[in-house]
Amino acid sequence: MESKNNTFNFSRRNFLRTSALASGGLLIGFNILSACKSDAVMPVDVESLNFNDFNAFIRISEEGYVTIFSPNPEIGQGVKTSMPMIIAEELEVAWKNVFVAQGALDNKNFQRQVAGGSQSIRFGWDALRQTGATAKQMLINAAAKKWNVDPSTCTVSEGIITNANGDKLGYGEVVKEAATLEVPENVPLKKAKDYKIIGQEITNVDIDKIVTGKPLFGLDYKAEGMLYASVLRPPAFGKKLVSFDDTKAKAVNGVTDVVRFGEKLKKIENQASRFTSITDKIAVIGTSTWAVMKGKKALIAQWEDDGKLESTEDHNRELFKILDGKKFDTRREDGNIKNAFAKADKVIERTYESPFLPHNCMEPMNFYANITPEKMHLVGPIQTPAWVSGMVSAMFDRKPDEMHLEMTRMGGGFGRRLYGDFALEAAEISGLTKKPIKVVFSREDDMAAGTYRPAIKYRIKASLKDGKISGYHLKEAAINSNMYGLIPNFFPAGCIPNYKVSTGNYKSNITTGAWRAPYTNFLAFAEQNFFRELADELGKDHPQLIIELLQNVKGTKDERIQYSGQRMEDTIKLVVEKSNWGNTENGVYQGFAAYYSHNTHVAEVADIVLKNGIPKVQKVTVAVDCGIVINPTGARNQLEGGVLDGIGHAMYGSFTFKDGRPQAVNFDRYRMIRMNETPQVDVHFVQNEESPTGLGEPGLPPAGGAVANAIKVATGQQLFSQPFTNELSTKSKVLG
Amino acid sequence: MPSYSVKVNGKSLTVNVDSDTPLLWVLRDELNLVGTKFGCGIAQCGACTIHIDGTATRSCQMQISMVDGMEITTIEGLSKDGSHPVQQAWKEIDVPQCGYCQAGQMMTACAFLKENPNPSDKEIREAMHGNICRCASYNRIEKAVKVASKNMS
Repeated sequence: MESKNNTFNFSRRNFLRTSALASGGLLIGFNILSACKSDAVMPVDVESLNFNDFNAFIRISEEGYVTIFSPNPEIGQGVKTSMPMIIAEELEVAWKNVFVAQGALDNKNFQRQVAGGSQSIRFGWDALRQTGATAKQMLINAAAKKWNVDPSTCTVSEGIITNANGDKLGYGEVVKEAATLEVPENVPLKKAKDYKIIGQEITNVDIDKIVTGKPLFGLDYKAEGMLYASVLRPPAFGKKLVSFDDTKAKAVNGVTDVVRFGEKLKKIENQASRFTSITDKIAVIGTSTWAVMKGKKALIAQWEDDGKLESTEDHNRELFKILDGKKFDTRREDGNIKNAFAKADKVIERTYESPFLPHNCMEPMNFYANITPEKMHLVGPIQTPAWVSGMVSAMFDRKPDEMHLEMTRMGGGFGRRLYGDFALEAAEISGLTKKPIKVVFSREDDMAAGTYRPAIKYRIKASLKDGKISGYHLKEAAINSNMYGLIPNFFPAGCIPNYKVSTGNYKSNITTGAWRAPYTNFLAFAEQNFFRELADELGKDHPQLIIELLQNVKGTKDERIQYSGQRMEDTIKLVVEKSNWGNTENGVYQGFAAYYSHNTHVAEVADIVLKNGIPKVQKVTVAVDCGIVINPTGARNQLEGGVLDGIGHAMYGSFTFKDGRPQAVNFDRYRMIRMNETPQVDVHFVQNEESPTGLGEPGLPPAGGAVANAIKVATGQQLFSQPFTNELSTKSKVLG
Repeated sequence: MPSYSVKVNGKSLTVNVDSDTPLLWVLRDELNLVGTKFGCGIAQCGACTIHIDGTATRSCQMQISMVDGMEITTIEGLSKDGSHPVQQAWKEIDVPQCGYCQAGQMMTACAFLKENPNPSDKEIREAMHGNICRCASYNRIEKAVKVASKNMS
């Protein structure tokens, strides 16, 4: 744990080891997952492990160049740049001398590799700093030994160690000696005011490869003898395969085989059924992507009903039945909500509705698998390599140590690549055909075989008494699963004396999962829309009402409370200042929303103008407290993207089902936000020295609410459901 | 299978594929030029944008038989070393998040700036609206097109 004097005391031996390199130089290995938990210990004796047990490395060459192998998969959230920046800061090297590579993949212990959730930076912060600082201290110790001086008399700048006499040694000149030294304990860390790399604008380390079109992504991966596979899946949720005719498919040039598969998946049905249909599917295999896509279109398959064929109307009916009924789980309850409503001067109740949403990563799902008697080799874009490895091993009754799994850069994730259904398919087809196979989803496959954000409805009821909010009851009716455990302890928990969160659930056979900022991506809209209405009702300014409420949570002893009243207040005050809240020019209408999620406090103000009566978002001002900002350019990029993503889906995201069948399967019928519809996003950071938090998700939730609240001011229309285009269509056809 | 000759990034090449094979898959699977990306297959997202005789075109919709003998430029052929002003602008502004759509974005921007070297903000937003960025790095793409425009003039 970090102590007050900025040193660490827990044993770094549990996750850090050094070694001399055969080629000269020093290799420092550390286990990011073990290191990221202060109380974590390695599962086996550290001395018996080799470097395969470490999933991140620093290599320092005799020339003084530093290579940092970044451990975490990159899905566009910027950790391949920001995590090495933290190491380089404490290592005290010039960023221009640092190379970053995707961590070497470990064929035995890959399960310790971690992915995403806006948590990489938050969990990595202490461990990465400590790793860099420890390496620096070893290099200083080596130089001091050479000079026969006390290490504490030496200083370091940009990889050059200097002693009291002014003698200098570069890191490269002492790496051999350093590799033979003990790993030091209690190494001091730098103070924030001394940072030289953290806080600088560092360009994405893969930028050169991206702008020149180098192979980086899963879809770009090729292997000797690899064949492509296109999979025909059930045309609707609730259908299963009866039979098929592959005569025409096999006649397509380049198609080499057509196979029915699914037996192996049934062995892990319990774990997999939530995110993929458990039925036989048909794989068309061939020598090119085009051949197998064409071959699949030529298949003639018969399907039969194997369950309910659900439509959006069914979901709406079932979710309203839950909201109107009494079957709820209580997730948090403070005070006496019944009493508050009974004694209220006024009670307000509103219902907010959201649709299913597909993830629509720009890179469609794909995976490579080669299952041979010797080993199982998987390559592709995946956020959960450990899970996939375990499942594939179980499908084939093989030992996990026969697995070699490599992760590629991902063309977006947004939660979709947490679920490895595409990798399981590739493995099963490879096992069946005894060939190296690359499964490639078409866009239609990707949108129709999703792990969708489930449709959710919220009903919020508040009581007003003597000009104050005396009670607040949030009910959630959701498909397949409910809000995770921390959310009931977000704002306004602790701010309102009588408070209750209840959740109810409808089980569907449509596969669902996490989607960027799960639950809060819509809950924030409902809640901040509701508070804007309460502010109107109480005759108060919306941000001012939230700040007043936040006073009640300051100094709380309730450890369940997730957010900070003070930090949220500071964030709101910053956005009020930077957006010129309440003082805009004529014809500009503003809406506000603030939301805490993923350990980060965010407040946003949307500026809207009316063009021919149609609301158009012109600008969004964002204030964020994410603690120390590691890489401002990367941080702003995440927030700009999160806000525009939030606005795009709130306005246009519409995904419905008819008899189990998605009604849109490509971008011709599924509307994504485009450049001519985007406002400018203006990001401001709260300046403090708090530990950094992640930014992949928290910028998104407040965006829809801020826009809806601005539309209310501009047009008088209150929006209660997403996408806004559906509700607005009564007044204006197009929004954007 | 029939044989087609194409000139890709200055090199004359022959490919043997079915006549209806989209240029996208010829580039990616046959010629190993994987910088051109597959996004939707129906010319809605722009990830597969390339230049055919200098014009920005969706390679997913161009069958090989339609481009026989034409000059094709992909992201790999924009410059030898990433020095094209559009590539430089993308680096200066640090545009990408996941990066998958960016080749298509840059190819659209290049062709657009050749036609209209000094575009207004509105013209940029209209010209780029055919390219989807799921990470929504749109503000930066817009800025980078402006920077490239300045650097090219």
